[in-house]
Amino acid sequence: MAEVPQRQAYGMALAEYGDVNPDVVVLDADVSSSTLTKYFADRHPSRFFNLGVTEASMVNVGVGLALSGKIPFVNTFAALLTLRACEQIRTCVAYANANVKLIGGYAGLSDYKDGPTHFAVNDVALMRAMPNVVVIAPADNIEAARMVRAIAEHEGPVYMRISRAAVPDVFGPDHQVQIGKGIMLRPGSDVTIIGSGSMMGRCVRAADQLAAEGVSVRLLNIHTLKPLDVDLICQAAEETGALVTAEDHSVIGGLGGAVAEALGRCCPTVLETVGLQDTFAGTGLDTESLMDAWGLAVQDIINAARRAVERKARRR
Amino acid sequence: MHAHTDTLISELQERARQIRLDTLDMVYRRQAGHPGGSFSAAEILAALYFHHLKIDPANPRWPERDRFILSKGHAAAALYAALARRGYFPVEDLEKWGHLDGHLQGHPDRVKTPGVEMSSGFLGHGLSIAVGMALAQRLGGPRYHIYVLMSDGCMQSGVAWEGALAAAKYRCHEVTVIMDYNDVQLDGAAHDIMPLEPLIDKWKAFGFAVLEINGHNLRQVLDALDEALEIHSMPTVILAHTTKGKGVSFMENTALWHGAVPNSEQYAKARAELLGGA
Repeated sequence: MAEVPQRQAYGMALAEYGDVNPDVVVLDADVSSSTLTKYFADRHPSRFFNLGVTEASMVNVGVGLALSGKIPFVNTFAALLTLRACEQIRTCVAYANANVKLIGGYAGLSDYKDGPTHFAVNDVALMRAMPNVVVIAPADNIEAARMVRAIAEHEGPVYMRISRAAVPDVFGPDHQVQIGKGIMLRPGSDVTIIGSGSMMGRCVRAADQLAAEGVSVRLLNIHTLKPLDVDLICQAAEETGALVTAEDHSVIGGLGGAVAEALGRCCPTVLETVGLQDTFAGTGLDTESLMDAWGLAVQDIINAARRAVERKARRR
Repeated sequence: MHAHTDTLISELQERARQIRLDTLDMVYRRQAGHPGGSFSAAEILAALYFHHLKIDPANPRWPERDRFILSKGHAAAALYAALARRGYFPVEDLEKWGHLDGHLQGHPDRVKTPGVEMSSGFLGHGLSIAVGMALAQRLGGPRYHIYVLMSDGCMQSGVAWEGALAAAKYRCHEVTVIMDYNDVQLDGAAHDIMPLEPLIDKWKAFGFAVLEINGHNLRQVLDALDEALEIHSMPTVILAHTTKGKGVSFMENTALWHGAVPNSEQYAKARAELLGGA
């Protein structure tokens, strides 16, 4: 597990990136102590705007800043951002193609103590359906930090979700990201596990256990949910014949849905989807045990991989 | 503030008449659109585009230009007419409003149409976007004023009042809201559907300077636009009392003509009234 929560890695990276890019401005909706945009606020107070609990208006203020040449990072909890400001995102950001960076904190179940009102489990589905919008879910702290620069330098709207929790380190300090390009962490031929966001570390552990049992697991990290790296996924489908997706999101419309759509077009393949099975989940005592309880455990990924391998065998 | 000449007033009256005629033609040709709320805004658009705004149609993205946001996006036809007549694109383009191969969308689209500062359609967004444009100026770069044309419908939306909170917090004196207060909306009279009064009190309580005018009196419109530039401590709202469907007798003050289109007889009568009117 990383030493600091992913939100802290993001907040620190944003504050540091503010040093080198004077066009970056940051907006928050009264949760800067939670999203940790307060680091940016402390370091660049003239470029930080706290709009209070006015999520819809905050997104539009970001649009106005973007149309004036600034690069606004607009922050609040992922569920509030993508649900309460959904129409503003659709009309004023996506349709108007405004260069706004929408950052959804407390993604997935990571706000374990506040419960389902605060969980973001359909944000990816909503944002994926927005034309012009790039959708990002970084796997760990280093990927979150690298993405700050990558999305700032991308011309156009971006949605990125960030976990409240500490997530396992997946990548080393030399990790580089390219929007739209997935990453093969391990080659393998029996089954492919595709992870995203805070589930990536669990996918690594599942792959380790399966490898110990003699299963050859290909492991992919999909940090960009849109545009999806269809080539990488379809190659894995052709070469391994069995896929598992794992996400801290509903299986409807997220990574699992995106992969299923891609496979249907390029290479129909056995697919198991680990994620929230069309449920709101519930409150928990910590993020890790909460995820375990709602079908996102390492064992759930392992079981899904075994099912996929069995289904592949039955097809032959 | 300087007095506006009678010549200027007459010129702008003709511009407003042309905006209404173009709008009528566009709505009739396309058999779609929103004549009522376009006609109520004709003098305001004429004053802005043909006198007040610091703009350059040959350079629509000139960094120092004043910004105008049509928050009541359903008055798109009137905006397109003003932009075309001001030289942003050929007047003939108006004939292709809504056509598959045209650039004029049902509601304004900043990506497709030169001179459209911001896409709009669903009501209420303009004010908070203007706040963002004002905040950007605080960080350096070109200075300009931002104008937002809002409707009674806009002011029924929560996001508009959220924007008002933000405009007050940051004392956005760079922002002038012009409220086309025709008191008629799609389903009926605004004061019946969802009353906004006491509206002056509301705007004042939200931290705005309020100027109240007759939105069809061009001298009052011009004077108010000038006066707003002299207010440096807070944003301004020009509460412009207007008549929905202004200029065509049978369209005036009725929700029926919010989004209705004239038949051939109605079109001819409307055109004659607009040509005959002062």
